[in-house]
Amino acid sequence: MNKDIKKNDSNHLDNPEQTTLIKLINVTKAFGDQVVLKGIDLEIFENEFVTLLGPSGCGKTTTLRIIGGFEIPSGGKVLLNERDILEIPAHKRPFNTVFQRYALFPHLDVYENVAFGLRIKKDKTDKRSKAEKEAEIDQKVMKYLNMVGLVGFERRSVNKLSGGQQQRVAIARALINEPRVLLLDEPLAALDLKLRQEMQYELKEIQRNAGITFIYVTHDQEEALTMSDKIVVMNEGEIQQVGNPEDIYNEPINTFVAKFIGESNIIEGIMKDDYLVSWDDKDYECVDYGFKRNEIIDIVLRPEDLDIVERGKGLIDGVVDSVVFKGVHYEIDVVAKERIYTIHTTDYQPEGKEVSITFEKEDIHVMEKW
Amino acid sequence: MFKIEPIKQERKAQKRKTNVAAFLGIPYYVILSVLIVIPVILIVFYSVTEKVNNLYYRFTFDYFVMFFKEPIFLKTLWNSIFLAIITTFVTLAVGYPLAYVIARRTPKVQALLILLVTAPMWINMLIRVLAWKQIFDMIDTNLLGTDLAIVVGMVYVYLPFMVLPIYTVISKIDPLLYEASADLGANNVKTFLKVTLPLSVGGILSGVTMVLLPAATTIVIPKILGNGKYLIGSLIEDRFLKAGNWGYGSAIAIILSLIIMLMVFITKRADKNKEVEKFEDY
Repeated sequence: MNKDIKKNDSNHLDNPEQTTLIKLINVTKAFGDQVVLKGIDLEIFENEFVTLLGPSGCGKTTTLRIIGGFEIPSGGKVLLNERDILEIPAHKRPFNTVFQRYALFPHLDVYENVAFGLRIKKDKTDKRSKAEKEAEIDQKVMKYLNMVGLVGFERRSVNKLSGGQQQRVAIARALINEPRVLLLDEPLAALDLKLRQEMQYELKEIQRNAGITFIYVTHDQEEALTMSDKIVVMNEGEIQQVGNPEDIYNEPINTFVAKFIGESNIIEGIMKDDYLVSWDDKDYECVDYGFKRNEIIDIVLRPEDLDIVERGKGLIDGVVDSVVFKGVHYEIDVVAKERIYTIHTTDYQPEGKEVSITFEKEDIHVMEKW
Repeated sequence: MFKIEPIKQERKAQKRKTNVAAFLGIPYYVILSVLIVIPVILIVFYSVTEKVNNLYYRFTFDYFVMFFKEPIFLKTLWNSIFLAIITTFVTLAVGYPLAYVIARRTPKVQALLILLVTAPMWINMLIRVLAWKQIFDMIDTNLLGTDLAIVVGMVYVYLPFMVLPIYTVISKIDPLLYEASADLGANNVKTFLKVTLPLSVGGILSGVTMVLLPAATTIVIPKILGNGKYLIGSLIEDRFLKAGNWGYGSAIAIILSLIIMLMVFITKRADKNKEVEKFEDY
């Protein structure tokens, strides 16, 4: 796996203005016999929106909890600005967390939940009067309530808020301490689709405006693609691929990433030569190179990259097998001689119609066999 | 009769359930009236009437007046309540940390420790208190009859009633809240003061009520460990059984329960935080 990570890290080295904030070096974690993390190496830059993406049980939340200080790794190092922070307890780390179930304090109202962090931070050298301190707290709390659109809810009990509102309180509460890094553990998982999309947008705005590094855990690939500067795809305690959303989507490094990141036609093929790939006994020109001659590889064809054309005018012939309306597009399965291709298109095709499939050479993504 | 508070809670719960299954409440109403309402009415009746002859009863407040005119009785009342309050404080001081420690163990250990806390309750209280008498005898015979002996006995007997409600509340606190608190910069002490303690107020109040009430009216413990020291429970008992004056006994019992009701009311007022009450749903 290390080889792959290095390959992807080079993307970021091209960009000299980014400074490393957090670095995980060979972090491992086992709960009893169960190995959850098998050696995580990861670099997170300042002001970056990093998403840890993977199915449940892939170790993404554990990674986040190790960074937050809620979990002690079995091995490896966690560096913040080149300094090992593993000895620093959670309450002293300059990170704040938005928990999956929000973890709002039920005995406090909205205002006091948000003010919690400020009230904890009592500075004994601060000689100002109580009223002055209270005024400062008030000003800050209102600023952050305003940011998340909850002005007017100050004295509301957190139990009487909707999921979206609770989530906003959790964000305001975490941001008020002005952390270097905000850790978010599937913060939108409990919201409905519409609200989730709105909050995705708002979170991205907050991240840009506040200039804070976000480390975001999710299993929702769409969420990851929408929000992230960098996506870290994880599976079974290992990092599969690190890259920006376009890289991850267009150039998945293996079938796991390709399948996880979106629907795909994944086909086993042979790399006959540089720029020449073959599957189902047919050769296709492609843009990939650097594989061994005749290496067995996997090919990804994204459904939206495929087009249906009249019979004879495309590359592969087939028959329309099923058509499902998906809102924006139709999902059409075309049965070819050797396999079924899934195609996303806005053009309707009747079932049973004889058609051809076509695509450009850059639509063929070749991956190492995994 | 000194169960006024639990009844109130049950009634509230009953109200909620009525909509769902009104008929399930019938056994409860039967028990309520036969075992609680009717006896209370009778006690109130005895306390304010005087038997003139077999047919005729006369309304009177004499028993109440009598009680307040007897300084020894008033002192007995004060002693009982004073010892009950001391007992409550001691059980709270011992019980809270115990409940806190238990609630933060693994579920298996928790079950075992709770079993240990409640284990003495399986043995008849009289025997346990007699055991304490022997212990005091062994240490120093002079200890028997002192307030210390009575308080020790009561703390021993009533400790589970303090530990259980507090344990229930603390064990229900979402551990994520501790993490959230640490995340926001609170160390363990601050987390305890700002999160755990406010969220366990409900349990403390239940515990206080459950210890204060029986401690104020106990008969057996002062009799055995107090060397027959006269406390209010014995006073009432004697009116009924020795003097045969049911009216007077009932009046004292009512005075005592009014005082306890007042104390419970004051304790409940301490719980200003409505959210906590809502959170505590056992």
